[in-house]
Amino acid sequence: MTEHDTKPDTKPVTKVVCWLLLGLVRLLVGAHARWLGCAPEPVQRLYFANHTSHLDALVIMAALPPPLRRVTHPVAALDYWGRSRLHRFLAADCLGAVLVDRSLRPAGDPLRPLAHILADGRSLLIFPEGTRGSGEIGPFRAGLFHLARRFPTVELVPVYLENLQRVLPKGSPLIVPLICTLRFGAPLALEPDESKPAFLARARAALAGLTTAAEAGEDRAR
Amino acid sequence: MMGEPWFLGLVAGVVALLSVFSVLGRVLARRTRTPEQREVALNLNARVRSWWLMIALFAAAVILGPIVTLLLFGLLSLMALREFLTLTPTRLGDHRALFWCFFVFLPLQYVLIGIAWYGLFAILIPVYAFLILPSLAAVAGDTRDFLARCAKVQWALMLAVYALSHAPALLMLELPGYALPPAMLLLYLMVVVQISDVFQYVFGKLFGRTRLAPSVSPSKTVEGLVGGGLTAIAVGTGLCVITPFSALQAAGMSTVIVVLGFLGGFTLSAIKRDLGVKDWGRAIEGHGGVLDRLDSVSFAAPVFFHFTRYWFAA
Repeated sequence: MTEHDTKPDTKPVTKVVCWLLLGLVRLLVGAHARWLGCAPEPVQRLYFANHTSHLDALVIMAALPPPLRRVTHPVAALDYWGRSRLHRFLAADCLGAVLVDRSLRPAGDPLRPLAHILADGRSLLIFPEGTRGSGEIGPFRAGLFHLARRFPTVELVPVYLENLQRVLPKGSPLIVPLICTLRFGAPLALEPDESKPAFLARARAALAGLTTAAEAGEDRAR
Repeated sequence: MMGEPWFLGLVAGVVALLSVFSVLGRVLARRTRTPEQREVALNLNARVRSWWLMIALFAAAVILGPIVTLLLFGLLSLMALREFLTLTPTRLGDHRALFWCFFVFLPLQYVLIGIAWYGLFAILIPVYAFLILPSLAAVAGDTRDFLARCAKVQWALMLAVYALSHAPALLMLELPGYALPPAMLLLYLMVVVQISDVFQYVFGKLFGRTRLAPSVSPSKTVEGLVGGGLTAIAVGTGLCVITPFSALQAAGMSTVIVVLGFLGGFTLSAIKRDLGVKDWGRAIEGHGGVLDRLDSVSFAAPVFFHFTRYWFAA
């Protein structure tokens, strides 16, 4: 696949569209961030989130403070966000998204554009389930593990999106404006000789630990 | 109307009253010793702040006209509805019904007030919405918890949209022999409800001994209800000059408002208990709290509207 220019477009039109888009998202679903396990600091991070709707990346970008948003690039599926000029404009130009090919046998290394961003010192936002789920967090794909191994200094931050599958569920074009909360968990790191399945399971558990049910349990324990 | 002395007097009175509350709140917040006292001071100050906001919005609405009032209440309904539904578990099969709540029934209800079509306004939600919403959910094919889910969606729409919309609906009443704009009736309703709310809280904190129903709402006491209720009825009776009611009628009307307002707060407490949240504002950080302030209005508004319409409208 081709290398994309991943620096956000700085044309005024793009900036205005981006600002309107993020404003609309905040108006519709709130996109309120709760920094539970880490602070909104400008350190290099690999955010990984549960994937429940087409709005996910937009909502997380809307919730990040502008200095963090400027250096963070969401990863989006080429087959969806690259299918028309408008989609590509919104994803790549407005949000600075990296479009990846998620077909079974993509030509070349699918992680290369992501590694490129991290090598450049910028942050990434990925959805390790690879596809939209219906509320339950699915099994993680291996990409998170490979990136964690190649970039050991990058903080791996789980981000749990609450309610978004109710806002725009898979298979429906209708948006219901419920309030969406984002929970940012504590960063985790790959242990020296941790196996791939063990690490992916631990990362998934860290994300699952940010659900309301987990929080309610914590409240009771206090 | 804006230039008339009684209106200026009313505005001056409200601003003066709120200023006194604000200053008292500041003093109280500075004198607190225990965490419990601080909680009380914070709560009172939050209420006073939302009062300022409500009065400012109301003044803007009166000056800018009924369309602005309708838009404001429409927005409040929207915020209340999303608060309620955000905390109420629904399933994928309810998605289309939820979409209709937000984008069909809510706007339509307020448009009907705008064009003063009383007949459809009164039955849009209890007849049409209550038949269409479960049908949409049934067509989606998911029957798990079906009855409970339908009830949740309908209650959300009933409270946040239907009941609340009766407050601005006061604007479409034509009251023979009443010279003031009907917006004064809306002000009357809001003031009596809020005075009742705040003084129930204050009296409850000062003299509260006998808990009314600890399993529903631990902060509600008999002393608070009586003290706050009587204060609100006294204020409501005094305010009869801005209503079409005589002093005695105003006393009756404010009693109705106080009782219904109390039941509203009480019933919403039961719902919050059921959903496992303490208050709507805290459960949805950064975006909640509209229902905490409007729970009593949503119960008082429809009954006040219909009493006024039945006995005083043309």
